[in-house]
Amino acid sequence: MKHYEVEILDAKTREKLCFLDKVEPQATIAEIKNLFTKTHPQWYPARQSLRLDPKGKSLKDEDVLQKLPVGTTATLYFRDLGAQISWVTVFLTEYAGPLFIYLLFYFRVPFIYGHKYDFTSSRHTVVHLACICHSFHYVKRLLETLFVHRFSHGTMPLRNIFKNCTYYWGFAAWMAYYINHPLYTPPTYGAQQVKLALAIFVICQLGNFSIHMALRDLRPAGSKTRKIPYPTKNPFTWLFLLVSCPNYTYEVGSWIGFAIMTQCLPVALFSLVGFTQMTIWAKGKHRSYLKEFRDYPPLRMPIVPFLL
Amino acid sequence: MGRLTEAAAAGSSASVACSAGPPPTPLPLSSTSPGSAATMASSEEDGTNGGASEAGEEKEAPGRRRRLSFLATAWLTFYNIAMTAGWLVLAIAMVRFYMEKGTHRGLYKSIQKTLKFFQTFALLEIVHCLIGIVPTSVLVTGVQVSSRIFMVWLITHSIKPIQNEESVVLFLVSWTVTEITRYSFYTFSLLDHLPYFIKWARYNFFIILYPVGVAGELLTIYAALPYVKKTGMFSIRLPNKYNVSFDYYYFLLITMASYIPLFPQLYFHMLRQRRKVLHGEVIVEKDD
Repeated sequence: MKHYEVEILDAKTREKLCFLDKVEPQATIAEIKNLFTKTHPQWYPARQSLRLDPKGKSLKDEDVLQKLPVGTTATLYFRDLGAQISWVTVFLTEYAGPLFIYLLFYFRVPFIYGHKYDFTSSRHTVVHLACICHSFHYVKRLLETLFVHRFSHGTMPLRNIFKNCTYYWGFAAWMAYYINHPLYTPPTYGAQQVKLALAIFVICQLGNFSIHMALRDLRPAGSKTRKIPYPTKNPFTWLFLLVSCPNYTYEVGSWIGFAIMTQCLPVALFSLVGFTQMTIWAKGKHRSYLKEFRDYPPLRMPIVPFLL
Repeated sequence: MGRLTEAAAAGSSASVACSAGPPPTPLPLSSTSPGSAATMASSEEDGTNGGASEAGEEKEAPGRRRRLSFLATAWLTFYNIAMTAGWLVLAIAMVRFYMEKGTHRGLYKSIQKTLKFFQTFALLEIVHCLIGIVPTSVLVTGVQVSSRIFMVWLITHSIKPIQNEESVVLFLVSWTVTEITRYSFYTFSLLDHLPYFIKWARYNFFIILYPVGVAGELLTIYAALPYVKKTGMFSIRLPNKYNVSFDYYYFLLITMASYIPLFPQLYFHMLRQRRKVLHGEVIVEKDD
């Protein structure tokens, strides 16, 4: 069996960082990354990006050395992705924040509103309902992170946790401040509006959860395979007929429901910003699906049926 | 924030070197600007792209010279000539006013229509980035133009008592000189005939103009604060139907505070560009 030699150069400076000889032809990039860490322990595998071309795309951990377009001496270029943090950690932190922060406002903890309001309770039913919905939403997210989602990537850049937490925690505080304010004004159309909005919220939460479960079932535990998602017996998954990312569709729907329920402009703004971000992600996902699968259903749009 | 002009200018000029000839400036601003990390919650469940860091930086790869269509070149040339002319007109009007009246009082009032017209017209630069005829990031240009629109429409236009402050003249002068230099730089680059002194001006004037412009803007906002507080302008109070509030006074305080992290970043970016462009070519560059 012929062994390969692998040299690893810095993608920016072309400096020779590491030379590995007697590498098995069936070695995967993941194994090479582990070998590289031995000589450069500060660059653990999660922060290594190895590629065939300094400006090219990163090679995947599963790629096999033998199958790459390289000679028996392979040259790989290394780029440091920076300090990494696990997806699970980021998700748990960014979701636990809003859960906790909203409750601070709901219970009117001192120094937020005037002192005469400390630990008082709102007289509006919708305010209590909103707290339940908001808390439920984030508890659901936390539980999904722990028990449902199967992540393709283990880590993301460390600075993302600061960005993400600022976004989630900041918006949570902003909307919670107004909804739980002593001068809060309930919705214009009263109980009717609240009931309709609650229905939308609940349906979309169930829908979102159904999609998460369907996506999980597409992928066996520990694998990174990608398959086209299809509708299942669960009616909520029938949205797959029309969009590639119905989880995002339902998520936007939930927040629109919450905005109507609370009639609070900051909530509407949060929904809008979230919708923009999720549209970007949905379009990217849709494009990946189209590239990877020849037989991808043509009727599907990324996030909004027929439109977007 | 007039100071952002120069920085974005450093970026957008790279667009303009569409034909062969010495590239006016190297890299666009994108990867170092605070705005480039635009996607706030870039976590994604099934993320098919790898670390978000990679995706952001490679977008405006250096050395990627695109051939602009004839129409695009013609339009950009016209645009840049028009803007150069507009700011020149402003400069002349300001000088004439001062020579005739001997005071800055009433200066803003006399030039406000022209200022508003040409500064607002600059919104087109965002469109240029959007349609891709200028390779600067939409976000950077957007932030830069927005800060100018903010100063003109939300401060000097809306808060009449501060129009005669000296600080207004300070930033007007800074903006005028900066824009004349910047737009003529683009014009000449598009015409493929860039005199060295324009490039020199572009990369040296900012050293003084940036801090002067920032000082003018900050002092003007500061002068406006008492009026904003007294009148409660542009503000919404609780209770209201949409359960939101906005206090323009605190908004202005936050805006002023934001200059502290932003200004040094942009200033040092320009200094670095300057070193690269001017000192990298000081031996080679000759006026044609």
